[in-house]
Amino acid sequence: MSNRNKASGFKWATFLLGGIVGIVLLAVFLGELHYSASEKFCISCHEMEDNVYMEYKDTAHYMNKSGVRATCTDCHLSNNLVEKVGRKVKAVNEVIQHFSGTIDTREKFIDHRLKLAERVWAEMKATDSRECRSCHTEENMDYTKQSSRAMAQHLQGEAENKTCIDCHKGLAHRLPDMHTIDPSAVISVTE
Amino acid sequence: MKKVLLILALSCIAMPLHAEEVKSLRGTRDLDACSEPPQINRLIADDRPIPRDFVQQPPLIPHKKEGYRIDKNYNKCLSCHSWANYKQAKATKVPPTHFQDREMKERANLSPSRYFCTQCHVPQTDVRPLVDNEFEPVKALR
Ligand code: HEC
Ligand code: HEC
Ligand code: HEC
Ligand code: HEC
Ligand code: HEC
Repeated sequence: MSNRNKASGFKWATFLLGGIVGIVLLAVFLGELHYSASEKFCISCHEMEDNVYMEYKDTAHYMNKSGVRATCTDCHLSNNLVEKVGRKVKAVNEVIQHFSGTIDTREKFIDHRLKLAERVWAEMKATDSRECRSCHTEENMDYTKQSSRAMAQHLQGEAENKTCIDCHKGLAHRLPDMHTIDPSAVISVTE
Repeated sequence: MKKVLLILALSCIAMPLHAEEVKSLRGTRDLDACSEPPQINRLIADDRPIPRDFVQQPPLIPHKKEGYRIDKNYNKCLSCHSWANYKQAKATKVPPTHFQDREMKERANLSPSRYFCTQCHVPQTDVRPLVDNEFEPVKALR
């Protein structure tokens, strides 16, 4: 074998090895992306399991007549890969907050809840409730099969360009203190 | 003594007779037998307001209320029934009486004594009554 051949063989081997390593890394990355997009991961920290998960188990998105579930990521994670990765980058902050114990008790969680909820509402408003619409579409919702209150509000909402989250807050979790948002619907002992 | 014995004897005869007369509307069953599972009743989905039977009656809730939480952070009922929200929701607004506290003082917001709506307002299910109801509303409401 000539020297030249040897060198090119070496090149090929590196190339192949690089390719294999690349594929393995990609698989690990996608696998991680997949695992970290699972409900199991979301509730692996007690902040989520003790608070939002327990409350969600009481709602129609956990148990309903058809047996179809919407999990954490269905509502909180985009299907778009770029945005998915973007959300993961933000999640790194949440992991840091987890280890520094920002909301490690129910009380601390409730103190932060309004801020957390407002962030989700703003995001959903900005995307016109995109995650809701990945399952419920206006085109495929038969208003005539809905309750009369739902039908009337959906027709009106569509005409006024409202989005799902404008009317459906607190459908998967309990709400924070809503005093600043709708004082007419919160108990007041002083006024 | 004879009298006492007579009464005792009579009551022994009377007791089983008496027991026969008492009959549960749900059917009689031996104590150790399994009872029939109760029928599952559904809340009536949305309907028109239900006529009232007396003037001061808290009106019945003519729609389902599954998932409508009432806690100190938020009252889901008021998201449709408060004065700020009833127009958008096309709902009946809470009446002015609900702004009076128990000393009859007028308040700027709903009285805390009215906050827990379902203490007084209840929804209806499709249950079949065990006995016919012959109650008639007052003349003024007929
Ligand atoms: C993974 C799919 C999925 C996503 C995402 C989703 N939903 Fe749902 N939703 C469902 C299913 C399934 C039901 C239950 C249908 C039934 O009752 O059989 C449901 C029920 C509902 C109901 C009726 C609840 C009740 O009490 O009867 C509302 C309101 C609703 N969804 C709104 C939303 C909104 C708002 C969002 C976005 C924040 C959303 N959904 C996101 C699948 C989804
Ligand atoms: C203008 C307010 C409004 C908007 C906007 C709105 N909804 Fe609703 N929706 C309602 C009301 C009111 C009800 C009936 C009351 C209830 O179920 O608590 C309802 C009921 C529903 C139901 C249950 C229907 C039934 O008959 O059981 C679903 C599912 C639902 N909405 C999904 C959505 C989705 C998805 C969007 C966004 C595309 C949306 N809604 C936007 C007000 C709204
Ligand atoms: C049907 C859609 C839906 C599902 C399923 C869902 N969420 Fe949410 N989540 C929301 C909405 C909407 C908010 C904004 C606050 C609100 O309206 O309750 C929210 C808010 C939150 C918040 C901010 C704190 C708060 O309570 O407002 C956290 C944390 C959260 N969700 C985590 C989760 C986790 C973990 C799961 C799975 C166990 C989950 N969510 C499932 C829709 C959903
Ligand atoms: C999504 C909006 C909505 C929510 C939430 C809601 N309601 Fe209603 N409710 C209505 C509408 C709309 C009507 C009127 C129906 C009609 O006039 O056809 C109504 C009617 C009523 C009536 C009958 C009034 C009358 O004059 O007969 C009562 C009582 C009532 N609701 C109580 C409640 C209670 C208690 C709750 C909370 C457990 C509640 N509602 C939650 C929309 C709502
Ligand atoms: C202590 C019992 C009590 C509580 C608690 C209560 N109500 Fe009432 N409600 C009544 C009675 C009695 C009436 C009928 C007489 C009147 O109008 O005051 C009534 C009437 C109403 C009406 C009909 C008004 C009309 O114009 O026909 C609505 C709507 C209503 N209540 C909603 C609510 C809501 C929403 C809540 C919770 C925030 C609530 N009520 C809490 C007793 C109660």
